[in-house]
Amino acid sequence: MLEHRPKTLSEKIWDRHLVKVGQNSEPDLLYIDLHLIHEVTSPQAFEGLRISGRTIRRPDLTLATEDHNVPTTDIDKPIKDEISRKQVETLRRNVEDFGITSFPMGHPNQGIVHVIGPELGLTQPGMTIVCGDSHTSTHGAFGAIAFGIGTSEVEHVLATQTLPQSRTGTMSVKVTGELPPDATAKDVVLTIIGTIGTGGGIGKIIEYRGPVIAGLSMEGRMTVCNMSIEAGAKAGLIAPDEVTFSYLRDKPHAPKGADWDEAIADWKTLCTDQGASFDDEVTIDGSKIGPMVTWGTNPGQVVALDDVVPDPDSFKESPYRESASRALEYMGITAGTAMRDITVDTVFIGSCTNSRIEDLRSAAAVVDGRRVAKGVRTLVVPGSGQVRAQAEAEGLPEIFRAAGFDWREPGCSMCLAMNPDKLSPGERSASTSNRNFEGRQGSLGRTHLVSPPVAAATAIAGTFAAPADLA
Amino acid sequence: MKAVRIVQGRAVPLDRSDVDTDQIIPSDWLKRVERTGFDEGLFATWRDDPDFILNNKNYRGAKILVAGTNFGTGSSREHAVWAIQQYGFEAVVSPRFADIFRNNCTKNGLVAVQVSPDCGSDLMAAVQAAPDLQVTIDVTQLTVKVPAIKFATTYKMDVATQRRLLEGLGDIELTLQHANDIVTYEQNRRHWLPRSVSFPE
Ligand code: SF4
Repeated sequence: MLEHRPKTLSEKIWDRHLVKVGQNSEPDLLYIDLHLIHEVTSPQAFEGLRISGRTIRRPDLTLATEDHNVPTTDIDKPIKDEISRKQVETLRRNVEDFGITSFPMGHPNQGIVHVIGPELGLTQPGMTIVCGDSHTSTHGAFGAIAFGIGTSEVEHVLATQTLPQSRTGTMSVKVTGELPPDATAKDVVLTIIGTIGTGGGIGKIIEYRGPVIAGLSMEGRMTVCNMSIEAGAKAGLIAPDEVTFSYLRDKPHAPKGADWDEAIADWKTLCTDQGASFDDEVTIDGSKIGPMVTWGTNPGQVVALDDVVPDPDSFKESPYRESASRALEYMGITAGTAMRDITVDTVFIGSCTNSRIEDLRSAAAVVDGRRVAKGVRTLVVPGSGQVRAQAEAEGLPEIFRAAGFDWREPGCSMCLAMNPDKLSPGERSASTSNRNFEGRQGSLGRTHLVSPPVAAATAIAGTFAAPADLA
Repeated sequence: MKAVRIVQGRAVPLDRSDVDTDQIIPSDWLKRVERTGFDEGLFATWRDDPDFILNNKNYRGAKILVAGTNFGTGSSREHAVWAIQQYGFEAVVSPRFADIFRNNCTKNGLVAVQVSPDCGSDLMAAVQAAPDLQVTIDVTQLTVKVPAIKFATTYKMDVATQRRLLEGLGDIELTLQHANDIVTYEQNRRHWLPRSVSFPE
């Protein structure tokens, strides 16, 4: 047996979830510890269950929330968009029929699915977590294997609490040195994606390591793991440590008493063994990272805020050159323009990447006592009811409102524009979300991804800016 | 799910890399609660452009979509696969597929054909030059052939995926054959693992 072979963290977690090892090149059958669902990718899965007369194996390991298409204003009124309303109503009927805990709009625990799992303490080290949403990788920040699945797989997990999965490759991304004070977790992950590319992680689980990662808060780690999928990775994770344990300690669903001690002892074994090898290893110098901004239509098309829009001809290889020129055309910017000279119409602070309390605090600190530039529309959308309540307790909404920001109810909002918060054609945004795809924030809208402090400073300046640029 | 052995027909060249699922099916289309009716949503924004390749009548009725690398990146929406199939495609060819998209293909019997970058560009150029070329994708042999231009290549697919496509097998039935293993596993799970019940108000 290979029992004593040194293992990477993701291999250890994988192995403890084996219900059955796949024979004859069949995939392994993995047990799923937590299944998160929402209104958009679940209706056809429930329909499938009904058609085949199946039930849900473990409603107690399933949690639902309404986040993707809910409005962020007037949430006490019925949803205006008829199709969105039908989708939310469908989820409500499904959770009722199948006995699943759910947090509807307006509930204090409602929020973006990847924000509420961690804050309720349901996301813990060593678990397997899935959701019909690609940013499930967020939960990897706790040292869990967490990944997005399609609707057929949602149905599979509902019916069996397992998933057939072929072994995934491993990749180490080490960020060394010391992060400069103006760089955030968002800049770290944008730098990583800019380095390894949008396909760099395909077929692999990335383990983020090194002093810069260890120095991040849980919020920052979630931001990094969140965007693993933008590098194409199956998942991203970080070994749990004292930062993880102290975050979890008082969370409602964390183990209590003797269970806590047992859990800690177990979680401490969750690390990559000395001598374990990865299929792929990348090292990035963290001391060179500064505020970053995307210029194109995928998250790998990114430069430092100090930089200029790149010349497509500087990309030697096809298809990068073609894709860069198409992106510049779509984005309506020209090569050589300083990023700081680009004007924005909208600033969006929110999404499962950057809508947690730390993100809002860092943005509020920048806008405190200042005014949003004339003509710039600004939205702050907290990730959850709990984040919203915490921000209110700290007086953040007053700071945002005084600066001219719109303070909203929790949800995905302008991250994917399924609700009324959208860019109009040609409009340009600085957004703390994770995808700058064509039309992501509204048909023909132009999205630049940034960190919360840069988003806040950009709102004040009206052009891309870092907090240090503000007078 | 229907079994699939051979996909034979004309191919459309979609000469772009990093085609993400937001382009394949824009988010407005995700509000449906049904599994059908997504054909109109396929590449909905791009189809507004009369020059977009799907609007070229020479390619009408094609069964194969030939795309650039990193196809299907981004969101996990299975709606992307439904849209591609409901439009009439039975296979997609690309040098590289995003993981979730590829999984979703398997669950629905859409053949994701991963070829080498060189073969991908050759095939792209060939179907750009001659829209009526007959392309044959064989799932048993794992080959792509265009006899008219003597093009032939093999492609990679893991055995399990191939088996599912060839036999049209649904995963839930297969998994439920291991129901006893699931029960045994559950009996040994760490007792302190969280459950999504009893939330403090
Ligand atoms: S905030 Fe955006 S990325 Fe995150 S779950 Fe919602 S739609 Fe997906």
